[in-house]
Amino acid sequence: MTELAPAPAAPSQDVKTFADHLRAIEFDARMVGMIAALAVIWLGFNWLSGGAFLTPRNLWNLSVQTASVAVMACGMVLVIVTRNIDLSVGSMLGFVGMVVGLVQARLLPDLIGFEHPATWLISIATAVALGSLIGLFQGALIAYLAIPSFIVTLGGLLVWRGGAWWVTQGQTIAPMDSRFRPLGGGIEGAIGTSASWAIGLVICALIVAGIAFARRRRKRYGFALRPLWAELALAMLACGTVLGSVMIANAYALPAGIARRLTEAKGGTWPDGGLVIGHGLAVPVLLALTVGVAITFLTTRLRFGRYVFAIGGNPEAAQLSGVNTRKVLMLVYGLMGALVGIAACISTARLNAATNSAGQLDELYVIAAAVIGGTSLAGGVGTIAGAMLGALVMQSLQSGMVLIGVDTPLQNIVVGIVLVLAVWLDGLYRKRLG
Amino acid sequence: MDMTTPLFEMREISIAFGGIKAVDHASVDLHAGEVVGLLGHNGAGKSTLIKILSGAYRADAGEIRVAGEPASIASPRDAKRYGIETIYQTLALADNVDAAANIFLGRELLTSWGTLDDSAMESETRKVMGRLNPHFRRFKEPVKALSGGQRQSVAIARAIYFNARVLIMDEPTAALGPAETRQVADLILELKKQGIGIFLISHDLHDVFDLADRVSVMKNGKVVGTAHVRDVTQDEVLGMIISGKCPPGAVAGPGALRG
Ligand SMILES: Nc1ncnc2c1ncn2[C@@H]1O[C@H](COP(=O)(O)OP(=O)(O)OP(=O)(O)O)[C@@H](O)[C@H]1O
Ligand SMILES: [Mg+2]
Repeated sequence: MTELAPAPAAPSQDVKTFADHLRAIEFDARMVGMIAALAVIWLGFNWLSGGAFLTPRNLWNLSVQTASVAVMACGMVLVIVTRNIDLSVGSMLGFVGMVVGLVQARLLPDLIGFEHPATWLISIATAVALGSLIGLFQGALIAYLAIPSFIVTLGGLLVWRGGAWWVTQGQTIAPMDSRFRPLGGGIEGAIGTSASWAIGLVICALIVAGIAFARRRRKRYGFALRPLWAELALAMLACGTVLGSVMIANAYALPAGIARRLTEAKGGTWPDGGLVIGHGLAVPVLLALTVGVAITFLTTRLRFGRYVFAIGGNPEAAQLSGVNTRKVLMLVYGLMGALVGIAACISTARLNAATNSAGQLDELYVIAAAVIGGTSLAGGVGTIAGAMLGALVMQSLQSGMVLIGVDTPLQNIVVGIVLVLAVWLDGLYRKRLG
Repeated sequence: MDMTTPLFEMREISIAFGGIKAVDHASVDLHAGEVVGLLGHNGAGKSTLIKILSGAYRADAGEIRVAGEPASIASPRDAKRYGIETIYQTLALADNVDAAANIFLGRELLTSWGTLDDSAMESETRKVMGRLNPHFRRFKEPVKALSGGQRQSVAIARAIYFNARVLIMDEPTAALGPAETRQVADLILELKKQGIGIFLISHDLHDVFDLADRVSVMKNGKVVGTAHVRDVTQDEVLGMIISGKCPPGAVAGPGALRG
């Protein structure tokens, strides 16, 4: 979730107001607002649950549970930015998940053998390819046949849910391949403490390099630069968040039995008092973050992303400028499908089973995450980082309510109200900006 | 000038929307370094005619010739390939992105890594906007936040940046203040000197007589007539626009009042 958006020019006049200062440091009020909302939710649940929310264990689980929706929310931002919608992602996830289960638990064992080292890779490739194909197909109907996306994907919602049942006549497939399971998190999906520190440090290095690089570019063109202190504060804040997250993930200890087995497997001896071995970051979380960074790059640094936003702002203008708007729209749905494929792997691996009900209602959580994250249903506006934060907000609400023992119907009521409230507040904020 | 092969020629162009013949057997032409004013009442078919040249619409009938050769213009991309740039009456800007993104939309400058070179695009934008609207400062804001005149300047900048051979300007100064209008007039004369052909659609007869070499008048989708500005008076042209009466100094078209 690095911020890759281009820096707005600092105002050049000498007298600076407070607002100018905020603009100079790229103060993103919406993002800060969301982080504040998240903080309120976290502290609130922590208080209500008597300190059970802000524990390494709960936060670690929260991050893993957010991954699948966060991955799909990245694609949904692009879909909504083009003034469209995708209601089929939950059903697609179910269908793709079933096919992946079938491939790795029934097909591949016969073809290349049980627990073959390539099984997990073939499974992921299948999921991404199948998801992309379905997405491209729906996208083609929307872009080239001009059928409204609401209808096409509403049809898709029914078709793929039915298809998910059809794959095995409703049978659940389990268990999954042992090299595939880490994608879902769990103990085998935790990468360990030292690897987590290494990744954290690499990310910090990239953040600092990115900021320095952007600054050099602006200097070369003689554009106004952000004040150095703001630059440094930003870098420290970002690196602090990264390293803090690593610290929390590492603080979540493995169960003693497993820690003992791991130690002994490495040839170490298990001391009498026991040893604390941390989980470290989870594979699905890293996967989601990678997807987030990749899609952010796509939207802010590549032509394709520029076209997606231009289409959302004014489809006719994009077309008159020579953009192949239909092709771009079809590819957006293809990308959405590919991300559903990845999410299908995460959730199948997490359940360690493929069931035809997987992903039910996910379309609503994904859309809600994007919208809470500041994506405008009118099109043309949205950020990936916002949508991923939105996914985290949604999941925090749900996990928190489970933790304090709110029953399911009330959970739904709360989530529904929060969604409406968030969009209303966002609308107010937008109006104030003009 | 009329003896040479025109740079661009539209012959017997027709297009209908539903039952409405928006353009009916219209013919216009344009030479290099020439400004042709396209006049007519609201709904006469001016915008529709030039949108066919810029690739936004496909004509039902008729042909377009470039330097005497038949040309096929099926999309805005094709038109741009022939060096036709257009300032649309609606401006056709993506409101949610900044001036540079609009100016370079579809033709972005890229770094050697294949990524968008926003700094280079901003720098070029500052240069081209400097020629049009020196007071323009809001380079980083979405064009939604700009005034009508500033938005028009962005649309003009987009059209002149890419070394056009033909510039189509559909009421380019409708939203501009007097100083900016003056600037656009100077720009038109300068571009003309560079040998660029310009179709200028405007309701301001004064402007057209100041800038154009010839005028073509349309009425109800048909061309009433075409004339050199030195051969007709402004009142005569007004007559062409309002009643379709073709004066002796003009070449009558299919839309001219008979008898
Ligand atoms: N996309 C369209 N669909 C249906 N009718 C159209 C379309 N575009 C133009 N028309 C019709 O074609 C006719 C010519 O319109 P056009 O926009 O070319 O007029 P104009 O000469 O540019 O007028 P103005 O001076 O008001 O800009 C009008 O009757 C208009 O209603
Ligand atoms: Mg018009």
